[in-house]
Amino acid sequence: MNALLEIRNLKVTFPTARGPVDVVKGLSLTLGRERLGIVGESGSGKSMTGRSILRLIRSPGQVTADEMTFNGTDLLSLSEKQMRSIRGARISMVMQDPKFSLNPVMTIGDQIAEALLTHQKLGRSDIRNRTLAMLEAVRINDPERVLGLYPHEVSGGMGQRVMIAMMLIPEPDLLIADEPTSALDVSVQAQVLEIIDDLVKRKGMGLILISHDLDLVSAYCDRILVMRSGEVVEECDAGELKNAKHPYTRGLLASIPRIDESRDELPVLERTGAST
Amino acid sequence: MATTRDWLLDDSPSSRLQARLGRSYRLARALSRNPLAMVGAIIVATLILVALFAPWIATHSPIGQDLAMRLKPPSWDNWMGTDELGRDIWSRVVYGARITLMIVALVAVLAAPVGLVIGAVAGYFGGWVDRILMGITDIFLSMPKLILALAFVAALGPGIQNAIIAIAIATWPGYARIARAETLTIRNSEFVSAVELQGASSFRVIVNHILPLCTSSMIIRVTLDMAGIILTAAGLGFIGLGAQPPLPEWGAMISRGRSFILDQWWVATMPGFAIVIVSLGFCFLGDGLRDVLDPKHGDRQ
Amino acid sequence: MASEIDSAAKALPTGPGGSSRNARHAWKTVKGVLGVLVAVAFTFLGLLAITFFIGRVVPIDPVLAVVGDRAPRAVYEAVRIEMGLDKPLIVQFFHYVGNVLTGDLGMSVSTGRPVAEDLARVFPATLEMATIGIIIGVALGVPMGVYAASRQGSLVDQVIRVVGLLGYSVPAFWLGLVGLALFYAKLQWVGGPGRIDIFYDGIIEPVTGLLLIDSLLAGDIEIFVNALTHIALPAAVLGFFSLAYIARMTRSFMLDQLAQEYVTTARVKGVSERLVLWRHAFRPILVPLITVIGLSYAGLLEGSVMIETVFSWPGIGNYLTTALLNADMNAVLGATLVIGAVFIGINKISDVLYRVLDPRAR
Ligand SMILES: Nc1ncnc2c1ncn2[C@@H]1O[C@H](COP(=O)(O)OP(=O)(O)O)[C@@H](O)[C@H]1O
Ligand SMILES: [Mg+2]
Repeated sequence: MNALLEIRNLKVTFPTARGPVDVVKGLSLTLGRERLGIVGESGSGKSMTGRSILRLIRSPGQVTADEMTFNGTDLLSLSEKQMRSIRGARISMVMQDPKFSLNPVMTIGDQIAEALLTHQKLGRSDIRNRTLAMLEAVRINDPERVLGLYPHEVSGGMGQRVMIAMMLIPEPDLLIADEPTSALDVSVQAQVLEIIDDLVKRKGMGLILISHDLDLVSAYCDRILVMRSGEVVEECDAGELKNAKHPYTRGLLASIPRIDESRDELPVLERTGAST
Repeated sequence: MATTRDWLLDDSPSSRLQARLGRSYRLARALSRNPLAMVGAIIVATLILVALFAPWIATHSPIGQDLAMRLKPPSWDNWMGTDELGRDIWSRVVYGARITLMIVALVAVLAAPVGLVIGAVAGYFGGWVDRILMGITDIFLSMPKLILALAFVAALGPGIQNAIIAIAIATWPGYARIARAETLTIRNSEFVSAVELQGASSFRVIVNHILPLCTSSMIIRVTLDMAGIILTAAGLGFIGLGAQPPLPEWGAMISRGRSFILDQWWVATMPGFAIVIVSLGFCFLGDGLRDVLDPKHGDRQ
Repeated sequence: MASEIDSAAKALPTGPGGSSRNARHAWKTVKGVLGVLVAVAFTFLGLLAITFFIGRVVPIDPVLAVVGDRAPRAVYEAVRIEMGLDKPLIVQFFHYVGNVLTGDLGMSVSTGRPVAEDLARVFPATLEMATIGIIIGVALGVPMGVYAASRQGSLVDQVIRVVGLLGYSVPAFWLGLVGLALFYAKLQWVGGPGRIDIFYDGIIEPVTGLLLIDSLLAGDIEIFVNALTHIALPAAVLGFFSLAYIARMTRSFMLDQLAQEYVTTARVKGVSERLVLWRHAFRPILVPLITVIGLSYAGLLEGSVMIETVFSWPGIGNYLTTALLNADMNAVLGATLVIGAVFIGINKISDVLYRVLDPRAR
């Protein structure tokens, strides 16, 4: 089986005043060149999972796993230097809020070019051409102008498209998108997701889409993991979500309002009943 | 023991006393986990003890001259050596702790309340009162402290009292700024409006409700400033404008040892170590207090 | 200095800035600079009010404060009239402001020359020393702060923290004395007090007043080297204080930066740790760091008062302390005014630089 990513028993631990706390508790997943969604409420450990794949958990956080292989390479045994050659080039990550995740004092062009230059040597005009092409691919109409702008000079939606361009320009095999649209205006959310979806499909990459929004994830993913306080409570194909067995998932599903239904009161997620 | 601690750490204290004691206890516990702050607290406590018990700690008289014993290097009898008049430097340094402690205490007592009141009044009333008071404050703040103190001493005349006044004049503006900033955040809070609605006068609101809330940031700031105050006082003493002979003030002692620095290094060097250690102690303690009382600034040293 | 920490810390950019269009940038900058100029004018007026207050109001007898108690009756009367002490205080103040603005700071009783002339003569010596001091402080303090932040909690970090606090706890004059005893008397690595050895004195014709530059202009390497050995120690002592402050501030800025999301973004891209540190975390703090360096430079003027006394350095600090001991009030106030003005000036310049350099503030 040629899995792109194989994780067994991933744990992320933080020391706290009350002793070590596992914020991810033994997560396992197998990912091919497909789109996997991870959903769960805020604080359930989705981001920690995403970042531990890149080994970017800052100390004092600790990552352990029985296995974490990417394309057959054991990520946990790589040196920091080898890991750097994977980051960006093979596995990349779109971060949540372009207002904070883009460097405020570097031009957009420089930031995109850096992603490219970190992994390969290229001439000045090559870089420029590829950057412009990439910006066009994320549907930015006047890439020439945008290259010279600073992040605070563009809108959130545009910022996130820049982010996507920056993360996809080295053509990675796996893209992790951590709540890529939750900081954006509702009006541009769909467009940004379309762009990600389109590029991922076209290049045949793997995608891990992290979100708290079950609806969104089920629309753009093939398979879904539901997380809750650091654990996977449900794993199913997106199409079979309505048959989900776990009460927590059912709770999440029930709290999504549908246009074609009528009810007096929006149901509330039943936390105590859903405990595993 | 455990019950006392539980009582102190009770999340819903039943009396004001319990709340206050609990707070102090938590603070002390947090401080004791911070090694640098502990070192600082020990140094400051030592300073106070040495000042209190100077006659017992000193081995000689701080002013007793003995020309036969001039400029002796450190020895079993004279731990830090003797100065040009044969006085025992250790004993002078010990008595000097009293002067240093008095200076920092008086400056704090003079400058902190003035700054506190000016800042609170400016912040509470706003408008023109604020603009005028803060204008004055900013002008003082725009001057280097030492220079300001020097100029005031020049006008007032040399001497330890005038030095203290001059340093206090150079120090209060910093406190006014802090008190104003704190007041501005408290001023629009619900509970101040509630007290105002009950008809409390501005005076009562400021004294009973605003000033107490400014104290913790004030304590941090005063502690952090102590080192600067000690250095300024020592500087004035060194130039000859602060404490006058034969007072064993550390800066003045360094000044006298200056002529012998090349051959009898200990005369000027020893009091300097005292200044460094005590100032460092206040810095450590202030840093630690800030980490504990003002966690949002905890990491920024 | 602690207040400077706070204000400089506030200046640190962490979040995003508002959006603004190119066309408006220039105008906003101009308006900002004008605002600063007005503020400078007010602060300077306030500074004059303080020196006026110190000179005329605080002393029981301002005339005595100026002429000293040995002055003959006639001189006393002449100065009294000249100071306009018979007029109301506010008139006196405007008179004083007018005098200062026309460059008249009164006569010094100890040198017998106009204070303004004296100050112009001694200032370059201080400038030279403080400039070398700040160069040392920046060259060592910035890398130390960056390194400490990149190894937060390590032993090196702790040591750098303590060095930072030593900058607030060591008396400058004492460090100077100990330095003289060690590096001049014992090790003979550096020259002694003064700007230059006595037998070289007066050979170089002052052009800029900066001895290092003047000797180079005159092509006299021997004197240049001699001057260098003399300035090395006092400048190093000053450098220590600015190093301590700059390292401390740099460390704190860097810690803020390293927790920013865009630093993580850089790591996600696979950027090396060295570039993450210098290109992504350090570059955004360059602008606030300029403010810190400005504050530190201005602070060295203050430090030089003590250092110059110890090193018999013929600068403004030495001039001020000599005047203080001679109760030469005009000289004291003149020196205070100049130091205060330079202090304000440097602070405001770094304010303006901030506005001009930060892409988000434009
Ligand atoms: N430095 C830390 N120390 C302790 N706990 C942490 C730390 N950082 C994050 N956590 C905890 O990890 C949990 C998972 O966080 P995260 O993965 O960001 O959640 P989300 O699913 O919203 O992305 C949260 O409950 C958070 O409280
Ligand atoms: Mg998250």
